[in-house]
Amino acid sequence: MQYVDEFRDPEKAASLIAAINDLTKTLALHRDHPLHIMEVCGGHTHAIFRYGIANMLPPEIEFVHGPGCPVCVLPMGRVDDCVAIAETPGVIFTTFGDAMRVPGSKKSLLQAKADGADIRMVYSPLDALELARANPTREVVFFGLGFETTMPSTAFTVLQASAEGLMNFSLFCNHITIIPTMRAILESPELRLDGFLGPGHVSMVIGTRVYDFIAEQYKKPLVVAGFEPLDVLQSVWLVLKQIAEGRCEIENQYGRIAPPDGNKAALSAVEQVFELREFFEWRGLGSIDHSGVRMREAYARFDAERKFAMPSLKIEDPKACECGDVLKGLIKPWQCKVFGTACTPQTPLGALMVSSEGACAAYYQYGDLEGLRDKRHADAA
Amino acid sequence: MTKQEPVSALRPQRKMRDGIHVAKVSLAHGGGGKAMRDLIDDVFVAAFDNPALAPLEDQARFGLADLAKHGDRLAFTSDSFVVEPLEFPGGDIGKLAICGTVNDLAVGGAKPLYLSCSVIIEEGLDVGFLRKIARSMAETASAAGVAIVTGDTKVVTRGACDKLFINTAGIGIIRSALDLGAHRAEAGDAILVNGLLGDHGAAILAARGDLRLDTMIQSDCAPLNGLIDTLIEACPQVKFMRDATRGGLATVLNEIAEASGVGIEIDERRTPLREEVKGFCEILGLDPLYLANEGKIVVVVPGHLAETARAAMSSHPLGRDSAMIGHVTEGPAGRVVMQTHFGGKRIVDMLVGEQLPRIC
Repeated sequence: MQYVDEFRDPEKAASLIAAINDLTKTLALHRDHPLHIMEVCGGHTHAIFRYGIANMLPPEIEFVHGPGCPVCVLPMGRVDDCVAIAETPGVIFTTFGDAMRVPGSKKSLLQAKADGADIRMVYSPLDALELARANPTREVVFFGLGFETTMPSTAFTVLQASAEGLMNFSLFCNHITIIPTMRAILESPELRLDGFLGPGHVSMVIGTRVYDFIAEQYKKPLVVAGFEPLDVLQSVWLVLKQIAEGRCEIENQYGRIAPPDGNKAALSAVEQVFELREFFEWRGLGSIDHSGVRMREAYARFDAERKFAMPSLKIEDPKACECGDVLKGLIKPWQCKVFGTACTPQTPLGALMVSSEGACAAYYQYGDLEGLRDKRHADAA
Repeated sequence: MTKQEPVSALRPQRKMRDGIHVAKVSLAHGGGGKAMRDLIDDVFVAAFDNPALAPLEDQARFGLADLAKHGDRLAFTSDSFVVEPLEFPGGDIGKLAICGTVNDLAVGGAKPLYLSCSVIIEEGLDVGFLRKIARSMAETASAAGVAIVTGDTKVVTRGACDKLFINTAGIGIIRSALDLGAHRAEAGDAILVNGLLGDHGAAILAARGDLRLDTMIQSDCAPLNGLIDTLIEACPQVKFMRDATRGGLATVLNEIAEASGVGIEIDERRTPLREEVKGFCEILGLDPLYLANEGKIVVVVPGHLAETARAAMSSHPLGRDSAMIGHVTEGPAGRVVMQTHFGGKRIVDMLVGEQLPRIC
């Protein structure tokens, strides 16, 4: 594939890996623990596993899989709210595919669909708008989730619905914002990170200057990274180079897509439709201030939270589930007590096992399961 | 090939009834009366047209001695088809229903001979469309050299099924001396496929229309018994064949690794994929190794016969892009690994449920 294969060239990979090996050797001389690099975005987690990147790097480099999988950080109470809306008579509930399997406290959307709710998978919020036009007697609800990557398309959809005067479309807004979340991670007292691979798609919208505080205040290097395997390798090399040279900067490896100031049109649509919530509940991470958005008063008639009665309960994650510690990088997925036993992709307990971008699902799908089990036994002994 | 005449061909022919003159199938056509006989004659008997079916007895009948000429074991299989949409680039539910059952027989080393065709029709289906599907079944059956010799028609109320469901069962005769099985793979064996993977799955997803992606991808739906004949003739030592339908190549490889207690290693660079399918999967976040095929088989042969098998498959029009994609290893048992083009290795596991497109 043109414009894609260039970013998967094995020869260029080999030379990058050689450079990474050299840098790591120098760095390892002065350290007694591995280099922890957090890839913030689930898309990077997926790429790292799909291309076998983790195995190509020296053992001194460990990836910490960050919170950037929107499906994974969705709290159970919110899934229950989705089910409650979807089971309201007359509603067509629309959602992205990978949210279908996320467990609620009683059921997932997939189970609610089997129980008779009219739940439809869509590929864009505009598909939901099309359904609303085609079904004027039904209320069509779109389940909006994701970081700034998907927020603009949802905002434009609401603006379009408003322009058309559609009365039977609403949005259940669960959009979240990346900056407060990264700040929360950086404020965590248990933090053991040496650098970040910054989210590429999010940065396409919000730009790269917004990360400056990470270098200035928290003294951590961050490289905004693309999603092809060479992007990931080059970004890892750039992070290591900063560490080796004693620099802490925001660098942009994904300049072909992510401009320093972001996308003005997208940001202004987001600004027009959404406002920050005081706080938003994250699965595994708890409540984070200003980390979610809701719809402004001006668009209240498209707001499912105001239109529907929902339980809106805070549901504790299952006790055995250690998604939070995995998300914070305190433990590896396979170190969780229920990984691969009580919690598998067939019967996920925690959200990290649900989406293909979730760290646990990635380990389960692409990882060396027996090797990981042996490792866990060795740890226990 | 020599077509053998079923015993029932010797019976006197029944007079065909008049055609039907309404545009839509109604519940009356499933009632067992004249309307039903009219529908069966007009649509199915007219299209399938063969002496075993025409008497419309409750069963087709075959002489055992005739069957035994082809081999020493009977193969019997059944499959139901509920595809949405009913027509797609490269085929339709009728063609699929024939190919699926023919291929399920052929991969067992059997010569497919006779098929049944049972349809469940939702009231309101267009009669013209039903005729078209029946013709498509007849054409595919004729291309595959099989006869549709018995069947059943049911009409259900609106909502009780989605437009049209088809079940086909088939019988074939397994050639003497062939012994195929998923348990027979051993370290050193070669793994081959007969061409580009994932076309059917991608074509169906694109045809559903909700992706708004215009593609040129066509389903690979085809009867493979001819290709398999060619392969067996050149390489009777073949150990196992399976059509890589639902779950795709990845699922079949896992089934082999599990049944034989071996490992399998494939090479991404040798795995044949169409550029359009790669791009399609890239956009949707899907893995082409799990996409369905309806005209592709996975073949296991002893390592030293890999090139013999590949050359034979390539000589057939349905095997032009045949490739040896990997080999069987000592293990760990049940583990399928892919050497990525990029230079890494990753595990190719069974899929849990359906592949769901990713959010971003």
